[in-house]
Amino acid sequence: MALISVKDLKTYFHTRNGVVRAVDGISFDVEAGKTLGIVGESGSGKSVSQYSLLGLIPMPPGKIESGTAMFDGQDLLKLSGEKLRKIRGKRISMIFQDPMTCLNPYMKIGDQLIEPLLTHFDISHEDAMKKAAQALKNVGIHETEKRLNSYPHQFSGGMRQRVMIAMALITEPELLIADEPTTALDVTVQAQVLDLIKKLQQEINTAVIFITHDLGVIAGVADEVAVMYGGKIVERGSTDDIFYNSQHPYTKALMASIPATHAHGERLYTIEGLPPNLTKAIPGCSFAPRCGECEDYCKTTKPELEVMESPSHESACLKYQKEHRA
Amino acid sequence: MSEFLEVENLKTHFPIYEGSFFPKVKAVVKAVDGVSFHVKRGEILGLVGESGCGKSTLGRTVLRLLDITEGRVSLDGRDLAPIKGKELNRYRTQMQMIFQDPYASLDPRMTVYDTLAEPLMVHNIVPKADLTKEVSRLMNTVGLAPRFMKKYPHEFSGGQRQRISIARALALRPKLIVADEPVSALDVSIQSQILNLLLDLRKELDLTMIFISHDLSVVRYISDRLAVMYLGKIVETGDSKEVFENPQHPYTKALLSAIPQPDPKRERDSKRILLEGDPPSPLNPPTGCSFHPRCAYATAECKTTSQNLAPVGKNSQTLAACHRIGQF
Repeated sequence: MALISVKDLKTYFHTRNGVVRAVDGISFDVEAGKTLGIVGESGSGKSVSQYSLLGLIPMPPGKIESGTAMFDGQDLLKLSGEKLRKIRGKRISMIFQDPMTCLNPYMKIGDQLIEPLLTHFDISHEDAMKKAAQALKNVGIHETEKRLNSYPHQFSGGMRQRVMIAMALITEPELLIADEPTTALDVTVQAQVLDLIKKLQQEINTAVIFITHDLGVIAGVADEVAVMYGGKIVERGSTDDIFYNSQHPYTKALMASIPATHAHGERLYTIEGLPPNLTKAIPGCSFAPRCGECEDYCKTTKPELEVMESPSHESACLKYQKEHRA
Repeated sequence: MSEFLEVENLKTHFPIYEGSFFPKVKAVVKAVDGVSFHVKRGEILGLVGESGCGKSTLGRTVLRLLDITEGRVSLDGRDLAPIKGKELNRYRTQMQMIFQDPYASLDPRMTVYDTLAEPLMVHNIVPKADLTKEVSRLMNTVGLAPRFMKKYPHEFSGGQRQRISIARALALRPKLIVADEPVSALDVSIQSQILNLLLDLRKELDLTMIFISHDLSVVRYISDRLAVMYLGKIVETGDSKEVFENPQHPYTKALLSAIPQPDPKRERDSKRILLEGDPPSPLNPPTGCSFHPRCAYATAECKTTSQNLAPVGKNSQTLAACHRIGQF
């Protein structure tokens, strides 16, 4: 059974310029010990969808319009603030993108690290500090005695991100949501951090939801991939399905536009136009105006996810669905 | 033929002062510490390295946006280091920069017209009557419709804003462009448009470019030659293809092996060289080869003496700065 099961999640923002349909009906499951990768461009709703689960959406203007997120028999979207706080930071933790702004500059690293322990467990300060020292060692930070008494500005970017990971994992969460955890880091440090998340995942069997726009990173970490566009999941499948047998023009275009798939100086594939304006209701497929394979019916009929060749592989492209059925 | 841009033993040091009344130099950050390279006309040199390695400082020093501490920068046979004042201003038209963040590098209170017309007026590139025509031409060159001339930066998307800053760099008809992470702030689909544009412009305008980036797959795609920097020094340089396919310096090897590949099967089989720790501080660089504390192949010699760039083999154009080239 899935550890977390999200059905038909809709998060809208009611702004002066209209209703922004940031997340518009997405469903996904993640099993214990597995990694779901969520890819998409800025504004596709990948972060908002995950913030919604943890009640981190500012309301108003945000509002969760519909959906359920079942986690261990409870619907996260309906829990009271108090009950959600018992889960958030303990059984579900989050790593944010920017290690420079997500640590409290006035608090020593040690005090920040033990905060989740002191909040959620009946543990003495001394024991918590021992655990914090071990957590730092686990993420490859040595001289823990000294480091626990340092402030964030005394750490480099890569080390701060490792502190964030240590903090997120110190309660041994069942689910870890990582929002672009390596985007701000250099490749060499990125490799260290990815390696670390994988190792810790194997040790404590944590499920991971990994948000990124980097297809290279996704290829390395994810078991399953969901591709988001315009607030919806447009394709979902195993990592191999998505990379080797993509069944959606947007996924294909995304793969085709990265330099890594091109020879030196060869003309890069470009997706013409801009991502959709989410305040406007789109009658058909939201990718239709930029799609090279667009048919007339794409502009008028809303596509839904449908199973393709392998049962785990779903695509929301009307044309590919038609071809598959034929 | 002499090279278009020649940089010899370039150093950019930043002194750190102590005391406010009689400041004393407490320490010196050697951001760029003895770098030599050259770029041919029409060539794109990729400059890569981790944050803090000095790649942006190097780019800015070449453009004389920062003061040269020591060394020589010559453009088209002319040494730029001693040039000052008005004459330097004239030289500035030949070298321009494209910045990383199109949200921060454009003045929010200036329309596209203002932004593009300002350099044209300052340097008297076209007569005043032709300003509008020239601005339209520039906008067309970078793929923006001239009817957006009176709009402000916030009315544009990230990709369009980067086009504006490219147009601004091109306004003075420069010969050399330093592009400092020009696509890092952009989404993949927009990134590919800007990269295509840069390659087109290079061909049309015969531009020479220094392309600074930490995204190695972008650099591999766009650059003809490559220079890898570590802690203020170039540790390996050569033909881009050759270095990517057959890196010689242990740091280059580790850096290249860390690039994530958008190919799940290759990712599963790949053997990453994981570097321990972070790059050391340029305030207090290690003795000998500055990479030795993180290097798997370091010997006693590496800890005490540093190695200069040297050819790695007879049939190779690549230069690397390592004592143990070819021994591992």
